[in-house]
Amino acid sequence: MRSVNFKFDFVGKRKLFFILSASILLLGIASLLIQGLNLGVDFVSGSRVDVSIGQEFDLEEGRAILEKLGYENPSIRKAGNENELLVFRTDENLEVEKVNEIRDQFREKFGEQVAVNEQTVDPIVGRELAKNAMISVLIASVGIILYVTIRFEYRFAMTAVLALFHDALFVIGIFSIFQWEVDLVFVAAVLTIVGYSVNDTIVVFDRIRENIEIEQPKRWEDLKEAVNRSLQQTLVRSINTGLTVIFAAAALFAFGGESIRYFSLALLLGLFAGIYSSVFVASQVWITWKWKSMEREKLKAKAVTE
Amino acid sequence: MRVRKGRIVLFSLLVIAILATVAATSLDVARGITLGLDLQGGFEVLYQAKPLEKGQQINEQVLSDASRAVSERIDVLGVTEPQITVEEPDRIRVQLAGVDDPDRAREVLGTPAVLTFRAPDGEEVLMRGTDLSPGGARQDYDENGRPVVSVRFKDANKFADLTREYLNQPVPIYLDDNELSAPVIRNIISDGRAQISGNFTAEEAQELAELLNAGALPVELSEIQSFAVDSSLGAVSLQQSLVAGLYGIAIIFIFMIGYYRLPGLVAVITLITYGYLVLLTFNLLNVTLTLPGIAAFILGVGMAVDANIIMYERIKDEMRLGKSVTSANKSGSRRSFLTIFDANVTTILAAAVLFYFGTAGVRGFAVALIVGIVVSFLTAVALSRLLMNLLVRSGLFRKPGWYAVKEDEIGEL
Repeated sequence: MRSVNFKFDFVGKRKLFFILSASILLLGIASLLIQGLNLGVDFVSGSRVDVSIGQEFDLEEGRAILEKLGYENPSIRKAGNENELLVFRTDENLEVEKVNEIRDQFREKFGEQVAVNEQTVDPIVGRELAKNAMISVLIASVGIILYVTIRFEYRFAMTAVLALFHDALFVIGIFSIFQWEVDLVFVAAVLTIVGYSVNDTIVVFDRIRENIEIEQPKRWEDLKEAVNRSLQQTLVRSINTGLTVIFAAAALFAFGGESIRYFSLALLLGLFAGIYSSVFVASQVWITWKWKSMEREKLKAKAVTE
Repeated sequence: MRVRKGRIVLFSLLVIAILATVAATSLDVARGITLGLDLQGGFEVLYQAKPLEKGQQINEQVLSDASRAVSERIDVLGVTEPQITVEEPDRIRVQLAGVDDPDRAREVLGTPAVLTFRAPDGEEVLMRGTDLSPGGARQDYDENGRPVVSVRFKDANKFADLTREYLNQPVPIYLDDNELSAPVIRNIISDGRAQISGNFTAEEAQELAELLNAGALPVELSEIQSFAVDSSLGAVSLQQSLVAGLYGIAIIFIFMIGYYRLPGLVAVITLITYGYLVLLTFNLLNVTLTLPGIAAFILGVGMAVDANIIMYERIKDEMRLGKSVTSANKSGSRRSFLTIFDANVTTILAAAVLFYFGTAGVRGFAVALIVGIVVSFLTAVALSRLLMNLLVRSGLFRKPGWYAVKEDEIGEL
């Protein structure tokens, strides 16, 4: 049997996984505290104008146009699959006329195919949305804890939610470290990750529960063996499922265009984190916790018999 | 076990029926889906309603009247299917998809609605909407039973003066620069109450009343968020996402068939059905497809693949334990059911909470996610089981190799 041939002591190496996760998360948190997130116009006031030039262009020419229009030292960058986009961010809320002015100037220089995507936002709205999303995730976590507690047990529930936060924090941390721009679509990506993370963890837990019900492990070795075997049994599924979703997200990243580039990047990171956390974090925290409470019960039982 | 040709025929018919339906109607279904601004270009603006006068309450009624006024303005633009949503406590979101000229849209929407009663020449403004009592216009019937609009003014004396001055003359009523009605003053009215008559149907009168109330509201709409995508850019976004989706799905198909063989083929059929049904549901529920919606769709693909993989892995496990193909299929699909169920319920739970507490953007995402999960559950569990059963019971595919299980992996029973 292949599943027997393939043996990996997940549980035995759990401290390593904890350290790995903890250090990445701490790095992310440190970055969040020090440099924060690179917030897009959804969260800080100002305007963002994406000028689609339609062809490769010289960034300096774009800068010259904007400077001529009176924007001093404009914050611009190239984007798009073929670097055909010029992204211009400014702290001021651009009026319609000013956006038109920009478009006209660029058309004059680069031709009529130039198109503009403009976004001006009161940051309160974006912050509200992010806040609502956060509250929703918290409430959803409570719901998940309740459901999993009823169907499984509370230790599974708590660790599944722990893994969920692990994954979300992981992605947010990485975005902070690399200072990738965070916008409303990023919020959607994090929500997607949360959904996937729970789904993945539950499948692994389901198998652990099944094996434990059959074997009723009493000693650490038996418990460890049961969890290890559950992980081995579900590993192919975890990897295959993860792979298929990663295929889709990777295709979006590669071909999906500029507007969802960071979105698909967040998804990709989140999917990796989701697979990693259900095998290497959630299950390991669970077994540590479970064993502690099993020991406690044994002590209690002993105390009673004595 | 003998070979049962009937099952294979049934399987083939089912697959052909599915593929034929998808091939014949999917284009129409896809075309019927409303695309979000990010995918087709257009203009979105979020207004905050602020009182024009001190002490003015911004409540639900005020907002709904104001959105009525906004919708009237959009008609001027000739935009089809504008979306106007009231967002508590004091906001109105206007989405104009496919608008080529966002500047004009903004101009028309941005200026506050002004209702005016004018002199017969249509130039001189005599009274304004702000002179109407709040909610002072309503649809009514005159003594002949014809629909009219009755209005009530705050200042009865001012109106009495007006009627005295323009007795037997028309006093046209304008909303911004559009004439709504040109009632003729027949008597001097001293109690501040008037009836606007015309050749109204009851609905038209009702509409005018609402318009008057809307126009009468001293609401200032200030723009707090806007979003404009040139339609050419939106089209590029859509095309790129579609191409990306096709590549992604093609890789998934190849992977599933390559790894799981016969069950992989079943998974591909259920995935095609999943994609089709989700689009159909989006179409029927009028879900607006946006980039986050596409994300939810992909997550749904993930869930559907996942459910298939959980089931097939379980079946393989059972076969490796030495069970026959038939009984492995039976116990494998039974045992995997609860796992898939639990995993889906928790995700739906999360999506439902997002829907309940989320704002516009999050809500659309949540709806797409819920649709995706429900449909993926139906196709990846029900349809997949049905097709697998037909194949397994046909007796044609008894070798474990069809299910990607090697002979040497099978343990002794």
